[in-house]
Amino acid sequence: MAYLSIENIFASYKDDKPVLAGVGFSVEKGEIASLIGPSGSGKSTLLRVLVGLTKPKSGRVLLDGAPISYANRKALREARDRFAIVFQQYNLFQNMTALRNVTVAPIKVKKRNPQEVEKEAIVLLEKVGLGEKLNSYPDELSGGQQQRVAIARALALKPDILLLDEVTSALDPELINEVLDTIRLLAREGMTMVIVSHEMAFVREVSSKVVFMDEGKVVEIGNPKEILDHPKTPRAREFMAKILRH
Amino acid sequence: MSDSLLQEIPRFFTYYNCIFLLQAAWRTIALSAVGCVVGFAIGFFLAILRITRERHLLVVRIPSIGYVEFFRRVPFLVTLMFMFFTFQVLKFQFSVFTVAMITVCLIASGFVAEIVRAGIESVHITQWDAGEVLNFTLAQKLRLVIVPQAWKVILPPAFSFFISFIKDTALASQIGVIELTYAGKVFNNKGFSAILVFGTILIMYFIISYPLTRFGRWMEGKLGVSKH
Repeated sequence: MAYLSIENIFASYKDDKPVLAGVGFSVEKGEIASLIGPSGSGKSTLLRVLVGLTKPKSGRVLLDGAPISYANRKALREARDRFAIVFQQYNLFQNMTALRNVTVAPIKVKKRNPQEVEKEAIVLLEKVGLGEKLNSYPDELSGGQQQRVAIARALALKPDILLLDEVTSALDPELINEVLDTIRLLAREGMTMVIVSHEMAFVREVSSKVVFMDEGKVVEIGNPKEILDHPKTPRAREFMAKILRH
Repeated sequence: MSDSLLQEIPRFFTYYNCIFLLQAAWRTIALSAVGCVVGFAIGFFLAILRITRERHLLVVRIPSIGYVEFFRRVPFLVTLMFMFFTFQVLKFQFSVFTVAMITVCLIASGFVAEIVRAGIESVHITQWDAGEVLNFTLAQKLRLVIVPQAWKVILPPAFSFFISFIKDTALASQIGVIELTYAGKVFNNKGFSAILVFGTILIMYFIISYPLTRFGRWMEGKLGVSKH
């Protein structure tokens, strides 16, 4: 039985065309699944569905065999305890220091002991290479630094699965690697992750599974070699040709 | 003419006239202060009701939108007259001062609600998302994330509204509240020089409103700047 199963998810923002039209795949524990595909294919929406920011119309998400309910507030809160998401635009709280960004949810939401949380947060920020920036505000940090704080904030929640939504897309090229290094570190530690990324070299390097999506559907699933080098479907072949050419 | 004005000064600033002026000033201050404080509290609350998205809160959202849109659109004087006559018809034994007090709160809350809403909406939607995925409650999102960032958009228009609001309380004289403007008319009718009387009133308005401007600046410095 798969650790995370996504079964036949339908979702739409307005009542017209569905953004997700029956997406399904599974992720094993410790696995890193990368979602790739053209923009508008529903990759980010799927991550938003997993954390309950977008309500699915139908379909199921199972974690460890147990279906996750997004129906009511209480169930949603429990579901969110399992996932943590890092956004493309970091979305750090602008009015809080790096340290406070990391500690605020464990202290205020999980009601944990502040001293203990703070100690852990410092360890996390040191791990992502920001031990010197504990008291900096987001607008004093570079994009890459902000994104690493955002990763530390997500990790502070001790999620079962970390969701990364195009975390390097908003970064200047020279800052991308520092964020990718942080993700590599997590990969080595066996963190289960679902990654939406356009960094094909990185996808090839870290993923154990690649899911190619188009128009709200999964078109092809396989290991990185299969999908990136030998795509079977015309749609995936076309996409790879376009993206690998540059 | 300036000679006669100078001669009039000691005759004008007698003990009883000063008491009368200070009482009138107190009413202006009370109307302004209560309007600002109560208006801010209610307005803040209305703004939050208005930005809620949950379907079951529709029953409170719609009246709050109606309230805000109504009181912002009707002239202060009309609202004042309306409240005055409504209370009379309903046989409420309210003094004109109380009627004016209630009216200033109604109007200020409507305006403040819009100012606060604009401030809250100036904070990027992604800040809400980030709070949401961290399982913050609505109150936590507002208190910890959104409102601290909204202050810098809320405070300048709020204080400029409060300052214009002090001036608007002059309209309470129209239903017979003896505040500063009314006092001015009384002295003028008694035959004191209009320049002397309204000059004094003018200075008193300034004395009331200037500290508020300073206070606004101080608040902006305290809450309205990016933190570093």
